[in-house]
Amino acid sequence: MNIIVCVKQVPDTNEVKIDPVKGTLIREGVPSIINPDDKNALEEALKIKDRNKDVKVTVLSMGPPQAEVALIEAIAMGADEGILLSDRAFAGSDTWATSTALAAGIKHIGNYDIIFCGRQAIDGDTAQVGPQIAEHLGIPQITYVEELNIENSKVRARRALEDGYFMIESKMPVLVTAIKELNEPRYPSIKGIYEAYKGDKVKVLSAKDIKADENNIGLDGSPTQVNKSFTPPGRGGESEIIEGSPKEQARELIVRLKEEKII
Amino acid sequence: MDFNLSKEQEMIRNVLKEFAEKEVKPIAAEIDESSRFPRETVEKMAKYHVLGIPFPVEYGGAGGDEVAYAIAVEELSKVCATTGVILSAHTSLGCWPIYRYGTEEQKEKYLVPMAKGEKLGAFGLTEPNAGTDAAGQQTVAVLDGDNYILNGTKLFITNGGEADVYIIFAMTDRSKGTRGISAFIVEKDTPGFTIGKIEDKMGIRGSSTAELIFRDCIIPKENLLGKEGKGFGIAMSTLDGGRIGIAAQALGIAEGALEETIKYIKERQQFGRPLAKFQGLQWMVADMATEIEAAKLLVYKAAYNKANGLPYNKEAAMAKLFAANTAMNVTTKCVQLHGGYGYTKDYPVERMMRDAKITEIYEGTSQVQQMVIAANLLR
Repeated sequence: MNIIVCVKQVPDTNEVKIDPVKGTLIREGVPSIINPDDKNALEEALKIKDRNKDVKVTVLSMGPPQAEVALIEAIAMGADEGILLSDRAFAGSDTWATSTALAAGIKHIGNYDIIFCGRQAIDGDTAQVGPQIAEHLGIPQITYVEELNIENSKVRARRALEDGYFMIESKMPVLVTAIKELNEPRYPSIKGIYEAYKGDKVKVLSAKDIKADENNIGLDGSPTQVNKSFTPPGRGGESEIIEGSPKEQARELIVRLKEEKII
Repeated sequence: MDFNLSKEQEMIRNVLKEFAEKEVKPIAAEIDESSRFPRETVEKMAKYHVLGIPFPVEYGGAGGDEVAYAIAVEELSKVCATTGVILSAHTSLGCWPIYRYGTEEQKEKYLVPMAKGEKLGAFGLTEPNAGTDAAGQQTVAVLDGDNYILNGTKLFITNGGEADVYIIFAMTDRSKGTRGISAFIVEKDTPGFTIGKIEDKMGIRGSSTAELIFRDCIIPKENLLGKEGKGFGIAMSTLDGGRIGIAAQALGIAEGALEETIKYIKERQQFGRPLAKFQGLQWMVADMATEIEAAKLLVYKAAYNKANGLPYNKEAAMAKLFAANTAMNVTTKCVQLHGGYGYTKDYPVERMMRDAKITEIYEGTSQVQQMVIAANLLR
């Protein structure tokens, strides 16, 4: 079985401070980590590898050359190899351009049965890249997965909802996005760290190498652009107490909520 | 000149930092309070190859070096000095002498499972009447056919009672003084080997410190470590390396205490502003940070020398002397900066101060380190 896990290197937001004037993240000197949900995705892939013979886990990332360390860490945790899509042509990608590139990378890898992604990245919070990859590849997707089993060559997953869950069964290949409830990620082992750095376990590929569609990658291929990043000003703490009998209070409240177009 | 860690060492630091925060810190106060040996932490360390960092992969190790090992002890000791010393005693005092002096058979039988973390190691040199004067060994081993018969008592043995494999020193020829001391590998559960008193200590209370009693304990001849009569040299060279581990532990304790204190003085308000705004206290913080940085350079230098086959006897002694002094000084000041709260168990600095003291005593007191340093300079 071949599993591909998509990971993103992100700034450790626990360590990030916000510039009080600009309202943006101060990234200088902030350590980089594997995005937490992506670690859950990787852990699930590694659990499948622990339980079954002949499972190959490939970690895939798009990012600057420094992102290689995230793939090395994933290999130290137990993945077999890493592929880093790194090219100036990818710079400035939004979710569409990112998923286009990653899907092209996955097609380049070829044979796959399950693609794992984290639900969303802590620096962007979009939760779009995973589902978009599935759309590019034309394969089924199961998002927000909190439990996963493989039975009779099918994936059975529990998809978390706010107030319940779906049990979903899918044939493979399938794309799954992981949430933190799925598992407890292991640490890289010390021995694994030394082994991961030995030899060429991470391949770096360019946009040309993976035949990515030039018109749909990078800043120019991104249909969305970040215009401004800011912290919304706090709302005024105005409050009002509605007087009268419970019935009158309820009627007044409904009227007000309708006026505000809340209901 | 290059002060940078290697990529591997850098990643090991990050991993151990996270491991320490998530797995070790949450139980640090509890194991101190109840004097409980954290067996679960030992198992977790084994799983991630933390218990065999500086040994080659073919001997069950992680294939790392002394710098990575020192970093591991340091990171663990930042949150829990007990965990730091369990790792240090196991690696430096239990595994290393077998790696350095053992036969291939001994390495296969003992070092491999120890470096994998399946078996825990300990080291027995100190006796009721042989502390700093380690040459005054009263434990005796007498050759009888294919076995040595071991009799005597060892005291203050770290990991005692919890370890599976013990490196034990004994007189094989009293007439020869230090040249009559030999080293042995002794397995727990060997008939005649029992655990005596478990010490009730001031600090590192989660670690086990025990008395080992040998009464006609039969050790197979093949468990002699190195040659007969070479035990004192084995003990001294083992302690040279052990000092790097303890120096790293002391460094970690000091760093952990300062981290806690910086957090505290930024929050604690007096006279309408945080303590961190008072210049007199800022100067204390600056001095502590400088001292810690100096200790760190000494510790890493000693570890670097050992990793690169350079002399490290004097360097390890200096690192331990200075780092232990730093740990005691910094933790005392950190309790001071916490005021009354620092004297309670509501904050971890009182534990860190109790833990710091032992680093000035075990694996050679600070005075022994001064003797070692002076001997290097005056010979």
